[in-house]
Amino acid sequence: MTPGTEAPTGHRPASAVRMAGVDKRFGAVQANRGANIEVAAGEIHALVGENGAGKSTLMKILSGMLAPDAGRIEVGGREVTGWTTAQAIAAGVGMVHQHFMLVPTLTVAENVVLGREPVSVGTFDRDRAVREVEELSRQSGLLVSADRLVADLSVGEAQRVEILKTLYRGARVLLLDEPTAVLSPPEVAELWTVLRRVRDQGTTIILITHKLDEVMAVTDNITVMRQGATVERMRTRETTPEGIARAMVGRDVDLRVRDTAGNGGTRGEVGGRAPALEVRGLTVRGARVEKAVNDVSFAIAPGEILGIAGVEGNGQTELLDALAGLRTVTGGSILLGGQDITHSSVRQRGDAGLSHIPEDRHHRGLILEYSVAENLILGQQHRFTQRGVIDRARVAANAATQAAAFDIRPSDPSLAVRTLSGGNQQKVVIARELSRNFIALLAAQPTRGVDVGAIEFIHDQLRKARDAGKAILLVSAELREVLTLSDRIAVMYGGRFVAVMNRADASEEVLGPYMTGARKKTETAA
Amino acid sequence: MSLSASRRAALEEAILPPLVALAIVLVVGDVLILATGEAPSDVWAALVSGTWGNWYGIGQVLYKATTLACAGLAVAVSLRAGLFNIGAEGQLAAGGFGAAIVGLALPAGTPGIIAIALCTLAAIVGGGAVGAVPGVLRARFGAHEVIVTIMVNFIVLALLNYIVAAKLHVPETLHTPSMNAGTVPRLADAIPAFHGSAANWTILLVGAAIAAVAWYLFRTRAGFELRAVGLQPEAAEYGGVKVPRVWLRALVLSGAIAGLGGVNFVMGYKGYYEDGFAGGAGFLGIAVALVGRNHPLGVVVAALFFATLSQGGLAINAMVPRQVVEVLQGIVILAVAASVPEVRRLVRQAVSARGVAASSAAAAPSAPAGGSRG
Repeated sequence: MTPGTEAPTGHRPASAVRMAGVDKRFGAVQANRGANIEVAAGEIHALVGENGAGKSTLMKILSGMLAPDAGRIEVGGREVTGWTTAQAIAAGVGMVHQHFMLVPTLTVAENVVLGREPVSVGTFDRDRAVREVEELSRQSGLLVSADRLVADLSVGEAQRVEILKTLYRGARVLLLDEPTAVLSPPEVAELWTVLRRVRDQGTTIILITHKLDEVMAVTDNITVMRQGATVERMRTRETTPEGIARAMVGRDVDLRVRDTAGNGGTRGEVGGRAPALEVRGLTVRGARVEKAVNDVSFAIAPGEILGIAGVEGNGQTELLDALAGLRTVTGGSILLGGQDITHSSVRQRGDAGLSHIPEDRHHRGLILEYSVAENLILGQQHRFTQRGVIDRARVAANAATQAAAFDIRPSDPSLAVRTLSGGNQQKVVIARELSRNFIALLAAQPTRGVDVGAIEFIHDQLRKARDAGKAILLVSAELREVLTLSDRIAVMYGGRFVAVMNRADASEEVLGPYMTGARKKTETAA
Repeated sequence: MSLSASRRAALEEAILPPLVALAIVLVVGDVLILATGEAPSDVWAALVSGTWGNWYGIGQVLYKATTLACAGLAVAVSLRAGLFNIGAEGQLAAGGFGAAIVGLALPAGTPGIIAIALCTLAAIVGGGAVGAVPGVLRARFGAHEVIVTIMVNFIVLALLNYIVAAKLHVPETLHTPSMNAGTVPRLADAIPAFHGSAANWTILLVGAAIAAVAWYLFRTRAGFELRAVGLQPEAAEYGGVKVPRVWLRALVLSGAIAGLGGVNFVMGYKGYYEDGFAGGAGFLGIAVALVGRNHPLGVVVAALFFATLSQGGLAINAMVPRQVVEVLQGIVILAVAASVPEVRRLVRQAVSARGVAASSAAAAPSAPAGGSRG
């Protein structure tokens, strides 16, 4: 462990934020232990670490949402240890959360001023609100028109409104929690421009993230957290992604994008062999739109990974739900190993050879109150049953095998899945879905909320399955993940496949315009 | 410590709520009794001696607990599937009525074992049929089971009242004629000490039903799927479970268990169906399930608890108004609902604090306690 947490060489005089020796415990979990962070005024500072490393806890303490058990917190040179959210906001510390907290039925201006409405003669002065918000928008470069309803905004625009909100409240220290999770590459680039501009106007920015390319792209300094402690502090321009990853995980991590193409149907030449999974003209109704998936066709050969890139909410969820049997298909057909499963039940699909890593493990993929062992048979409970009674010996044996093979920790399978960390919960899902007999795998966001070490492991497992001749449909919000794993890549926009290309032809620059709908082309290789 | 953790949690689940309920009853009861001008110790002594202090009292408690356990188990099974069956009252009545009708229809000389089996089956079918109504409406049309079960209660109770009052009653009463066959012997027939109490061998039947339901819930695939639906319907659906089918199954099963409770009064006590015999036991079943934390074992303990209160209320009637006990029941329900999660959290904290202290005392002083979060 590197004890390099002392202040930087110090030609910036005033620290905007200084937290020293912060401890915070939740029950048996020590979320922060002696954490130190020092952020200079007017810098963009990255707070990086794996899931569960204690980043969010530390920032919640800074923003007054939590009180520390021990330690000292200073903002702008003044000690503020244990202050409240109201005090934090009054002192200019503003937090932009991962999940937006906006009122969709109000306009942008109304949302921005909410709680601090300009008033004239005791009533809300709407004109002044619009004027002030427009002025702030122009100054900061956070361009969004003040009269529009928040419900009509894109995700990127909504995020700008969130940042405007904190700036309107006079934030001089801006905390951003994983701000790019929901953005497309061009929107990310815009966000960086804005953040640099806001910084140059004197605002200090702390960026909580686990994406190393973001850290490299936009930050000045980095504080790395591991297991509740701040283990290293570095200058961004003096380090490398590998260096940061090593500090996060505590060992070397392979970050290379491996282009080990599968032995199967690259170049889309499915013709030779029967495709493992084939979809023809699939149309699916969405919650709000008539055609969330609109006439989508593709085929995946055995031993091939087809990756779907796209900004979230363009029909990926509905597509996978329909393939998995969780949503009714309104048109088209689905063939698994040549067998029509368009109208089969979930269980029939499983028995026919469909495996599914769902995008939301807390919602669909796991029953949190059930034990690890019970979760490891979910969806296959009929295979562990004899005359209606669950064969507990086989369930236990299966759990022991999987826990060992997939390194699920802690290794006691009788523990409720709820008590596991996010990475280990996902390993339970992966173990279950990869150990069953299957022809095709639907993998939705397989590494979401999973730490760097586990991501590596999960990627290896997916490659192994591909090399064993399985067909994999991969959906991920992480473009890098799609690029890393896929043999072919399709871009989904507005419920359609707007482009399909071989991995060799794809890059962030090529895919970006398709993801935003700026470019469309017919499928070249499907 | 980790292997015993899940077992300890299960035990806590079953035992803690009744203990909390008991503590609340003692504290609030003291205040209420003092308000009536009596000495709490005298009243509690009378309550205990009137229930667990003699064989008659024990018999009465067991008798009442039998019906309550059925009602509580019925509600618990529905809640395990994520549904709230408020209809146990009507299902209990329907079950009792079914048993009585079959008992009336059978010839007088029918062998006891056959008659009891048929009448019990009728009780189960009667309750199950009433439970099927909200089940079908929920599974097919998404109608909310709380609304439907409340409404079905009105319909069933009014319908049975009409049938008994207009077609089937013994003159000057609101009960049917006595059954020709199918009555269950009293415990007093074998153990004379129980003489005079309504306790009867239905208790064995219900005990077996409780064991069977526990086995069903925790050992069978159907139970695995039922609980999965109750905890996370979307995850159950993902796991290949047909959720509406489980809803229907759970509500039919719940109704059938409540119907079985009708056996206790009709076949074990009176030998006929009497209008209004359920007397709120079906509704009290909600409290039993709540205090019993939807666990079959907890339901048994909670049923005994409420039966003791109910019988004890009669025992202390001379000293304090009987309503004191009813107030206590109400307070227990409210307080248990609100306090049990909180009490459990405190217990956890105390236990984990002790565990951490012990492990860090044993380990090197610098070792991080509580493990990492990965």
